[in-house]
Amino acid sequence: MEDNVANNTSEQNKTGLSTDEFIKGLWRDNPVFVQVLGMCPVLAVSNTALNALAMGLATAFVLLMSNILVSALRNFIPKEVRIASYILIIATFVTVTDYAIQAISLDLHKALGAFISLIVVNCLILSRAEAFASKNTIGKSIMDALGMGVGFTFALFCLGAVREILGNGSIFDIALFPHNFQEWVVMILPAGGFFTLAIWLLIFNGFKTKKAAV
Amino acid sequence: MSTEESLWNIFINASLVNNFVLAYFLGICPFLGVSGKMETATRMGGAVTFVMLISSMCAYGIHALLIAINAPFLQLISYIVVIASTVQLVEMFVKKMSPALFRQLGIFLPLITTNCAILGLALFQTNKGYNFGQSFVYALGAGAGFTLALILIAGLREKLEFAEVPDIVKGTALTLLIAGILSLSFMGFAGLGS
Repeated sequence: MEDNVANNTSEQNKTGLSTDEFIKGLWRDNPVFVQVLGMCPVLAVSNTALNALAMGLATAFVLLMSNILVSALRNFIPKEVRIASYILIIATFVTVTDYAIQAISLDLHKALGAFISLIVVNCLILSRAEAFASKNTIGKSIMDALGMGVGFTFALFCLGAVREILGNGSIFDIALFPHNFQEWVVMILPAGGFFTLAIWLLIFNGFKTKKAAV
Repeated sequence: MSTEESLWNIFINASLVNNFVLAYFLGICPFLGVSGKMETATRMGGAVTFVMLISSMCAYGIHALLIAINAPFLQLISYIVVIASTVQLVEMFVKKMSPALFRQLGIFLPLITTNCAILGLALFQTNKGYNFGQSFVYALGAGAGFTLALILIAGLREKLEFAEVPDIVKGTALTLLIAGILSLSFMGFAGLGS
């Protein structure tokens, strides 16, 4: 009983301390718009809002689980083989996610294709394991992973929504415009991904320079 | 399964029509990172192509083995281990043969491990059911396409250093815009070699 209480208070302390870790990933150090990490899935599967959201959640899940495990094992993994161990941990959770998505929705699995497996090489996850989870406590690592994961999902959704609205005239398969709306087909094509991301980056940079000027 | 595809078609498809960088968005990180200078871009392209060839052949062997022992769920893990060790090998080789190149590639050499293009290649060739020869040509084409895209971007970026662009566009956003335009022009290859 006492143990429980002690655990609870220490847990609260941790969350109190690490709200900053959460906010950081969400906005100030947003993995996509600020750090420009994990670009491949961001561009490849953001052609519809639904795909983007699913991909974001899958990545966030892998990020969370691997951050927890890396942080828990940080005193046991020898320095020399740490990157290899991190990749193995990540690969394990990606395999789990891959099979889970296949079981939940075969259509979604087909739409995302090989890009679920490619979460393994998402620089974002490895960089969080190396730069944060391997040096911090589990509680902090969880907050960090949640912040980064939500930030990543948010960014993916921003891209996916813009591309689907302009390229398909709909969002989540619900038509937004009247019949005679001429779709911007280019937005669904690969080139559209590059353009949309470039424009989002411009908006973010604009905000940053404005803030710096003030 | 299009296992009857001719080798020439596979090469054209992998390098131009479905260019790994511009159509599949694989390997964007090194693409944005080292595409500032022509020389670095060429060498990076060479290193990636080399790793692709080796890991694609290894992936073919592993796939056959995993099917034999009925453990397809180990596919991803074993692929990534093979790629990581290949990269380690290349790194040692380059360090020994050309320390200058080693310094120039810097952090990006170990990062080939997390280059999606290489794992993507291994996964795609497995999904498409290519045989050994086809896999080899596929890897060659993908490597050539990656190098081509990298060199094209590097050339454009070298020229743009002297252009006057607004401050907020400088950096990644500008590179992405160029990549978008290149991607549009590569769509012109659609239909070739099908």
